[in-house]
Amino acid sequence: MDLSMRWLSDYVDIGDMSIKEFCSGMTMSGSKVEKYETEGSEISKVVVGKLLSVVPHENSDHLVVCSVDVGAGEPIQIVTGANNVKAGDIVPVAMDGSTLPGGVKIKKGKLRGVESNGMLCSLGELGLTTHDFPYAIADGIFLLEEEDGKSFTLGQDIKEAIGLNDTAVEFEITSNRPDCMSVIGLAREAAATFDLPLKLKQPEFKGIGGNIKGLLNVNISNKELCSRYCAGVVKNVKIGPSPRWLRERLRASGVRPINNFVDITNYVMLEYGHPMHAFDIRYIKGNTIDIRNAAEGEKITTLDGVERTLSSNMLVIADAEKPVAVAGVMGGEYSGIMDDTVDVVFESACFDGASVRTTAKALGMRTDASARFEKGLDPRMCMPALKRAFELVELLGCGEVVSTTIDCDSGAKTQKSAPFDPKWINNFLGTDISEEDMIKYLEKLDFIVKDGVAYAPAYRIDIECKADIAEEIARLYGYNNIPKTIIRGVAQASVSPEQKFRTKLMNAAAALGANEIVTYSFISPKNFDKIRLPEDSRLRNTVTITNPLGEDTSVMRTSLLPSMCQILSGNYNNRNLSASLFELANEYLPKGGELPEEPARLCFGQYGEGCDFYSLKGIIEKLFEMLGIEGVDYEPCKDDSVFGEFYAFHPGRCAVATKDGKPLGIFGELHPETLENYEIGVKVYAAKLNVPEMMEESVEFKKYKPLPKFPASTRDLAVVCDDEIPVAHLEKAIKSAVGNILESVKLFDVYKGKQIADGKKSVAYSLTLRSHDGTLTDEQADSAVKKALKELAKLGAELRA
Amino acid sequence: MKEQLEKIEQLAKQELSSCDDIKALENLKIKFLGKKGELTAILKQMGKLTAEERPVIGQLANKVREDIENAVSERVSALKTELAAKKMKEETLDVTLPGKTPEIGRLHPLTVVMNEVKEIFLGMGFEVVDGPEVETDHYCFEALNMPKHHPARDTQDTFYINENVLLRTQTSSVQIRTMENRKPPIRIISPGRVYRSDAIDATHSPIFHQIEGLVIDKGVTLADLYGTLELLMKKLYGNDAKIRLRPHHFPYTEPSAEVDLACFNCGGKGCSMCKGEGYVELLGSGMVHPKVLEGCGIDPEVYSGFAFGIGLERITMGRFNINDMRMLYENDVRFLNQF
Repeated sequence: MDLSMRWLSDYVDIGDMSIKEFCSGMTMSGSKVEKYETEGSEISKVVVGKLLSVVPHENSDHLVVCSVDVGAGEPIQIVTGANNVKAGDIVPVAMDGSTLPGGVKIKKGKLRGVESNGMLCSLGELGLTTHDFPYAIADGIFLLEEEDGKSFTLGQDIKEAIGLNDTAVEFEITSNRPDCMSVIGLAREAAATFDLPLKLKQPEFKGIGGNIKGLLNVNISNKELCSRYCAGVVKNVKIGPSPRWLRERLRASGVRPINNFVDITNYVMLEYGHPMHAFDIRYIKGNTIDIRNAAEGEKITTLDGVERTLSSNMLVIADAEKPVAVAGVMGGEYSGIMDDTVDVVFESACFDGASVRTTAKALGMRTDASARFEKGLDPRMCMPALKRAFELVELLGCGEVVSTTIDCDSGAKTQKSAPFDPKWINNFLGTDISEEDMIKYLEKLDFIVKDGVAYAPAYRIDIECKADIAEEIARLYGYNNIPKTIIRGVAQASVSPEQKFRTKLMNAAAALGANEIVTYSFISPKNFDKIRLPEDSRLRNTVTITNPLGEDTSVMRTSLLPSMCQILSGNYNNRNLSASLFELANEYLPKGGELPEEPARLCFGQYGEGCDFYSLKGIIEKLFEMLGIEGVDYEPCKDDSVFGEFYAFHPGRCAVATKDGKPLGIFGELHPETLENYEIGVKVYAAKLNVPEMMEESVEFKKYKPLPKFPASTRDLAVVCDDEIPVAHLEKAIKSAVGNILESVKLFDVYKGKQIADGKKSVAYSLTLRSHDGTLTDEQADSAVKKALKELAKLGAELRA
Repeated sequence: MKEQLEKIEQLAKQELSSCDDIKALENLKIKFLGKKGELTAILKQMGKLTAEERPVIGQLANKVREDIENAVSERVSALKTELAAKKMKEETLDVTLPGKTPEIGRLHPLTVVMNEVKEIFLGMGFEVVDGPEVETDHYCFEALNMPKHHPARDTQDTFYINENVLLRTQTSSVQIRTMENRKPPIRIISPGRVYRSDAIDATHSPIFHQIEGLVIDKGVTLADLYGTLELLMKKLYGNDAKIRLRPHHFPYTEPSAEVDLACFNCGGKGCSMCKGEGYVELLGSGMVHPKVLEGCGIDPEVYSGFAFGIGLERITMGRFNINDMRMLYENDVRFLNQF
């Protein structure tokens, strides 16, 4: 809501208060000022001048040389290219050193050899349009005409001369205060805030007699959605521009002046906060207005020239045959005021907020009117608004008002109220405000306090409970005068085990050299093709947004992998040579219920120097170790039965980690096609780990193991076996054969080639053997190795000769 | 014999002074003092001496031995010092060469600040509570005093899954779930991702993070809210941090307040850095609306409470001087490595 300070002064005199002070005070009492702007603030040193002579330029056939009286002794010479000027015209003159909107600076100079000491201005150069000054032309110098009986003084500042010096204050009006979307509403707030008198007066019109009966019939078919409908008729209208003072106020309020009748409806809407509509009575078939629901599929072409299809839950203003307006939203094309309009119907009504909101939304047209109606308006304002419109018609002398009006009123008449309990209020606010002061604040806001009840003024639709009364008192008392206290009572600070585990995971992942990333939870479904998911993959079953910003953000991710790929791709294409990243976030998996499951996942991704399958596996192994997860099995991943992401990986370089059969995660090298799809030109290694499963297997507090008292024996062991046998199987065999005295088994070499038969490999281990009961003898150590070899033989692994 | 001894001492000292090798010094020591050394050889002739001469020469011989020994050990230690100095000189490094840095990972700036804020609230006795991001209309709006068609829904443009299910626009949904499930006193924060249908630009993102707080107990006041938030800001921004409470409207709180932080540059007077405002908008807050309490089965006549919601992105961007929100979600390693 843009408030014209000049308009406000009709209702509240703020005296010599600075605009900054005004804005700050209003903000602190609850009407937030977004910004304020003084019209013409970019214009300086532009004055009113009179052309004394206009003669052709000696060196040009399109320039003229003017002698201009700017009220300062000697006239000045200005060259202009405009062809609408003649001696005697009063014009805006930008003097040497002046500034114009858009940062334009005017300096004296020579135009084709002739001195020019400034510039004559057009409307556009002053930041105006012909809507602001309908008598002027758009292409040419702005020739000033006297209006509203105001004459011009030569040399006078142009802003003052043409009234381009109002200040517009932009307020952010919250949805509970539609009454403040008006000059009067804000004037009320200003009066209460600064403790100033409010100058309100009841609108009055004289009328020319006559009776509206016979001119117009109104019937409300849907009283639920239209609680009141007031209408009146103005005859023999004279359509034309509004006077300057009215145009100025509209302009400062951000509304474009059109013609006197349209302007009057806008003026009343801005002043009273109550939208109005004006119909040309010729187009009201049967001189009948019916407020009814639209028929399903019924059509109307609205004022903006668009044909709209209505549905049966939308309320329309209809004549005997067709809808002429969408109630509270926009009028129909042919019902509006035209140059040859003779008789006009003014409508001032009250429509149901939710209905207007739904209709405006469905039709995709939010208007100034709908924005007000949808928050809920006071039906008691209908008649004053209508009267104000008639008062303006008579003031402007642009029509004859029929004395009687129509008023169909079924609006609620009960006053909003809430208990007034000073003790409760102080306890609630933590203040010590006297009852007397509380009543004073409420009365400033037009409340009436009687018998322990605070009665709200009619325009306050938002008052319902004690807390509302507390707020009214608090905001006039001043939020900043409220003391600052610390919450009392006992409280148990805590984080859940899940949160604790997630923190542990993040710190571990970072310690392992990966940078954390945060990505969007929604992705494009195209990613499912990019990570090579089969058509029937269950990961394609998504939680889908019905109104996404775009396809790129239209489905909730069922895997973190695509997001990781996108970020790695971005980094690769930004020429970052390497990256090691992780993300801890949720997947969204539809599970039949109303809401999906949102399990947490940990995703790793890396590329660049030093990255290979085993560097990633190393990270995962270390992570499990840090979490106290022991005895993890790693097996080649064969299909997507456990992890849907399987197809994103290189089939020969993809593993699953399990603990006692419980799947902990999948990891490996990404499939070349996946890389191609994400435009990554290097190998990428990625992992997805299941957080809840890891948490279940993790040991929160590790148990201390005593340091060994006796020395260890080491034995190296090299065996030859079939190439296909995973080394993990060999390791398992060694472990089971040797038993407790095996402290560790480390693989230190895998060799294929010379001296080893085709299809075979040599695998070398270093065994560390130790007993807690005493130093192992050579015999004990050798016997352990023998046992290991025996077990290995079962897998076809023979001691390397 | 006396002359012989003196000569030996002289000779030994002479040879010592020209020797600059520790091994050679050892040999010198053996040469003069060893079992087959020159001094021993002379002492072997002691038997030829008279009884009067013997103690005198004996004393002298002992003194010569001692002197030579001392001279040797002095020379050894001098040489050792010399050699050590020489070795260290050779080993001198260019300490201005760059170090070998281990590769470390870092937490995302959003996580860094989130952890900081969580710590502060844990210190104030708050419990951290999670809840679903895909949420029902009930928990996100209805229970927060925003029935269908409520105009305030416009300020939270919502992504819908279906008529009844949506992406939560605020983590207040978690507060409702908490209030429905337990009795006051309640003192929680609910951090997490929230979603609003805002196009992506330097200051908007369709996904962002909120940390909402809720305190419900007997006798909780607006003054408590003010004090708690000021404490939070002082802990986040230092003791000079100054906030102001400004009346506002949220359907789920009454009274409602926006909380502004005084510009650090001008302290609230207004300057070019805060565009003349003096304050920057920081968060929304208020006393929990009685209807909201009632809806969750908490008697507003007995209990009262306050709630607030902090945008993590705004605080993070201020913290690290990040001027474009998109950087947070682009995750370029050159950006991530800075925190």
